[in-house]
This record gives sequence, structure tokens and C-alpha cells, in this order.
Amino acid sequence: MKTVFQKPKSLQDNKFHYCPGCTHGIIHRLIAECLDEMDIREKTIGICPVGCSVLAYDYFNFDTLEAAHGRAPAIGTAIKRLLPDRFVFTYQGDGDLASIGMGEIVHASLRGEKITTFFINNTLYGMTGGQMAPTTLLGQVATTCPYGRKAEWEGYPAHMAELLAGNEGAAYICRTAVNSPANVMKTKKAIKKALEVQQRGLGFSMVEILSTCPTNWGLNPVEAMKWMEDKMFPTYPLGEFKCVE
Amino acid sequence: MDRVLMKGNEALAEGAILAGCRGFFGYPITPSSEIAEYMARKMPTIGGVFVQAESELAAINMVYGGSSAGFRVMTASSGPGISLKQEGISFLSEGELPCVVVNVSRGGPGLGGIQPSQADYFQATRGGGHGDYHTIVVAPSGVQEMMDLTMQAFYWADYHRIPVMIMLEGTLGNLMEPITVREPVTEFVDKPWATNGCKDRAPNVMNTLHLDSDFLEKRNHHLQAKYEKIQQECKRAETFMIEDADIVIVAFGLMGRIAKKSVSEARKQGVKAGLIRPITLWPFPDDVIKSAAQTAKRFLSVEINMGQMIEDIKLAIEGRVPVEFYGRIGISPNPEEISRQIINIAAREGWI
Ligand SMILES: Cc1ncc(C[n+]2csc(CCOP(=O)(O)OP(=O)(O)O)c2C)c(N)n1
Ligand code: SF4
Repeated sequence: MKTVFQKPKSLQDNKFHYCPGCTHGIIHRLIAECLDEMDIREKTIGICPVGCSVLAYDYFNFDTLEAAHGRAPAIGTAIKRLLPDRFVFTYQGDGDLASIGMGEIVHASLRGEKITTFFINNTLYGMTGGQMAPTTLLGQVATTCPYGRKAEWEGYPAHMAELLAGNEGAAYICRTAVNSPANVMKTKKAIKKALEVQQRGLGFSMVEILSTCPTNWGLNPVEAMKWMEDKMFPTYPLGEFKCVE
Repeated sequence: MDRVLMKGNEALAEGAILAGCRGFFGYPITPSSEIAEYMARKMPTIGGVFVQAESELAAINMVYGGSSAGFRVMTASSGPGISLKQEGISFLSEGELPCVVVNVSRGGPGLGGIQPSQADYFQATRGGGHGDYHTIVVAPSGVQEMMDLTMQAFYWADYHRIPVMIMLEGTLGNLMEPITVREPVTEFVDKPWATNGCKDRAPNVMNTLHLDSDFLEKRNHHLQAKYEKIQQECKRAETFMIEDADIVIVAFGLMGRIAKKSVSEARKQGVKAGLIRPITLWPFPDDVIKSAAQTAKRFLSVEINMGQMIEDIKLAIEGRVPVEFYGRIGISPNPEEISRQIINIAAREGWI
């Protein structure tokens, strides 16, 4: 019998703890598939964030570290500099990367660290119960902007892909979404491209992936996908923002 | 072996390189920057890595990454920078990641001042960050010790899987003395736990999150057992003329060096003084102090702060002998100042 579908070797045989309709699991799988296809599992070191994906080390089947909140790019910097032939990636949420870890991600990209960042943008803090993140949309309700985010009070959403694309050290910056089969495939392509950019030593690479948080958005999984398309896409346009060949 | 004239900071940095340190991650702050500048010049020439981080937070997390990758790594800072590193030091402690953190101390609180200080004694010896942990803390008092203790620090860090802090005062960093340069370290402790790629083995995970409370308690017991072992194996102190001493001075680092002169001076004046200079601040050499307390009539803790180590001395003595304190802030007491204190105590107690 021909095998048409199986668990990637880069994933452990553990059940994800994510909420129904959460897309963290899809993204884990896409990363694992790319590492398998590039045959670099044994050369990869993944750095997990503080956030809902803090337990990603229980799912990935290769060497992993769990970072302090926001510091993954600094940790990745040292590992990659000391072990230049390995693949190093960070996996970070929007609170982790765009708030407390803003300094680390901006400087890792400015220095052109040859690491890859997978940035999961779900517009709020999932793990701590739905507080406002730098990526929260204007008008969006979160537990710490209960009247809806207002520019006068809470400022404007952070456009991380656009921001980092402006840094000379960044070689590949892209924003994708995992709302439809077509976009899932596009996300996988972007993940692989980012890893190839790292392989070729071109500089820093990041894929920002628009992700769902049905639990804290107060929506069911299907509504959450629709909310992403209707609300997030206008603020966070998909596409490549930087691609050094 | 070569005798060469070396500056304290250089001896420390060279000691690190001789010990096999191949990653240095720093952020400028007076009076520690010279160590980073030395490493910036040296690392590229020996196949090592130097990164000037964007902050002390980033620097200590680079240390976390580099150590987890299996390398001997170091960072150096002072006062406000060491405070920023505390979150990382807590993570390194629970991850049991070996590393060396240098604190060229300055006075505080706040931005404080850049003069010699020992005001970070509590922060260094009580862990400093969140959680139940200790780092080994060593305090050199001369240039030779700057090299030797740095090499020892890397060994202890690897052997016990623990962050080791080197505490010194800026004055020591700038001191020039002839020293014997040591041989490079060639034997290293195996690190099968390193996260450096899982070729031919099961994946390694470097993790400090333990949501299961039983496991968290187990981890804490594991750490405490390690600290117990370190307390048994690593206490170091220099003693000077304590055998017949009526008054024992306890002073570390720069202060220990200065107080030695005061003890000699007090002896000339007929006071039987002696000195205990803790070389490890944690584990604190309480055994030496306890045994000196059997014969001494009084202890005097001399510190460049408002009185911190005195608590450890009192804990060691357990109330058997009175302990007095003399300290300055922003300036290190000179030898005459301390010998005067010693002589005053002797006169007051009717020993002379
Ligand atoms: C220094 C520090 N501050 C705060 C926290 C609490 N905390 C845990 S997860 C989290 C937010 C994570 O949100 P995000 O990065 O958006 O990831 P998500 O959970 O949405 O995937 C915060 C603030 C922490 N662990 N450490
Ligand atoms: S809280 Fe949100 S981000 Fe976290 S697992 Fe649930 S759906 Fe996913």
C-alpha cells in the first residue's frame, strides 16, 4: 500500500494541547514538514517562546530550548554564531515578539543574524487570557482594552513584517495566513523559503503568520477563520515584503 | 612559566580564554567595559564569538543560548546591568547551564556611582533573581587571582552545571601586577545535554517550565542537593595571622587586600589582629569563621557598603562572639583608617 499521509518525523507522537480551531498546531506541522523535506531535522535547534506555544518542545522532535518571554532571538543569535552550520529558528507569538521582545527581534534583524523567525500573530495574548497585544486591531475588544482599542489611548497596531523589512540585515520577510488550504500551502512555501535563505546565509528571515485564537476572540472555529479574513487582512496585508535573492 | 606584567581586567579576560571561553556577550557599562573591549579584540583572532548585545537582557540570553549549545561563555557588566541580567541568571540556574558572569561592581542604588563598591553582596550571594537558587560567587583580590579564579570559575560552572559570578571592584580591574600566565585548559567536561542538533541521539530540551507541582518540587530538591555538595566542596578563604588573634577582620576582594596591611599595622601597635578573606562569597567560608570564633574575642566586618557580609559572619558565629562593622560607600577605606578602627576597639576593650 502506498503511504499518502503520515506524521512528519520532526513532530513527536504527542497530542497538541491547543484549543479547538487554534492554528498553532497547523503551523507546527508545516514547520515539521519543511524540516523533513529539507532533511535538516538533526541539524535544527528550535527556540520556543512564552505564550500558548510554550510547550512546543513537547511537539517538535529535535533539539529545542524554551526561552524567557521575548528573548528567543538573543538565544538564537548565540547558538547560530557558535554553530554556524546548524539551522536555528525562533517561534514567537505577538506578545512575545512585538511587545516584550521588540528589542531582541529588531536587533537580531538589524544584525542580519542568520536565523529564521516564525511569528504567530493572533492579535492578542492567548495564554494569559486575551489581553491586548501590540498587534490588537483598532476597535478590537481585549480584556485590557475592554472598550475596544482606540488609537488615542492604546496607540496603533504593530506591523512587524513591514517594520523588519526596512532593516538591511533582513533578507526575507513575508506575511501569510493559515485560513484556507491555499493559504496553508502558501505558508508552507514561505517557511521553506525562509529556511533556504538561512541555508544560503543571506541574513535574517521571518514569516509572520496570521493565526486564530477562537477562545479569546469569543468565536467558534469557523467564525474565527472568517474574522481573520474580514478583520485582520485589511490591517495586515499578505505577501512578501523583502526577498533578497 | 612566564612572569608578565598584566592589568586585572586583561588577566581576567585572558584567564577566560585560557579556560576555553569561546563566546562573550556584552553591553557597555563603566567600570566593566574594558573586559568587553578586550574580548572584542581577541575573540575574532581565536575563532571565538563576540557580540555587543542591544542590552544586558539580550546579552544574558545570548549566554543562555551559547551555554545551551555546549560552549564556555561569559558576560561582564556592573550594577544596573547586573540587575537586568537577573531574570536570565534565574533561567540559567534552573536550566543548570554553566556560564561565568562578571560583576565589576559599582555603588548603588539606582545609577549610583562608578567608584569601587561591594554593595551587590546581597544580590550576588542570595541568588539575585526569582526563585530558590544560588550561583557560586568568587571575589579575587589581586591580578593573579583574577586569572586563576576565572579559570576556576569556568571549571566549577561546567562541573557543577551552575552559573558562577566573579565579583570585583573596578580598582582591581585596573591594577597592574606581575603574574604567572597559566597553561590553556585542554580537558573539558562532557555536555551530553547540549542543544546542538540531535544527530544520532534523542532530542535534547532546555526547559525551565514545570507546571506539575510535584515535578517542580523535585527540581528544587535536586538544586538544593547540588548546592549542598557545592557547600561541601567549594568554600575558599585566605587567612592571615588568625591563630592567636583577639580581633579577626573579615573582608573580601579589594577590601581584603587593604585590610591585610591594617592587620600588620595593628600588630606593630601591639594588637593581636588577624584577617579572614573569603574568596568564595557563596558558598560562604563559614567553617573558617566558626573555628576562629573559638579563640577570637571579637570580629570586625569591613566592607565597601552599609553592612551586608556581616550577616553571614553572624550566622556563622551563631552569637558566640560580638561582630562589629566598619564600612564606607563610594570610597574604599584606606589601611590606616581600618587599623585605627582595630586599635580603637582594642583600647576600648582594654586589650592595650
Ligand atoms: C517576563 C514575563 N512577563 C509576563 C509573562 C506572562 N505571560 C505569559 S504568556 C504571555 C503572553 C503571550 O502572548 P503571545 O506572545 O501573543 O502568545 P499567544 O499566547 O497568543 O500564543 C505573557 C504576558 C511572563 N511569562 N514573563
Ligand atoms: S488560547 Fe488562543 S492561542 Fe492559545 S491555544 Fe487557545 S486558541 Fe490557541
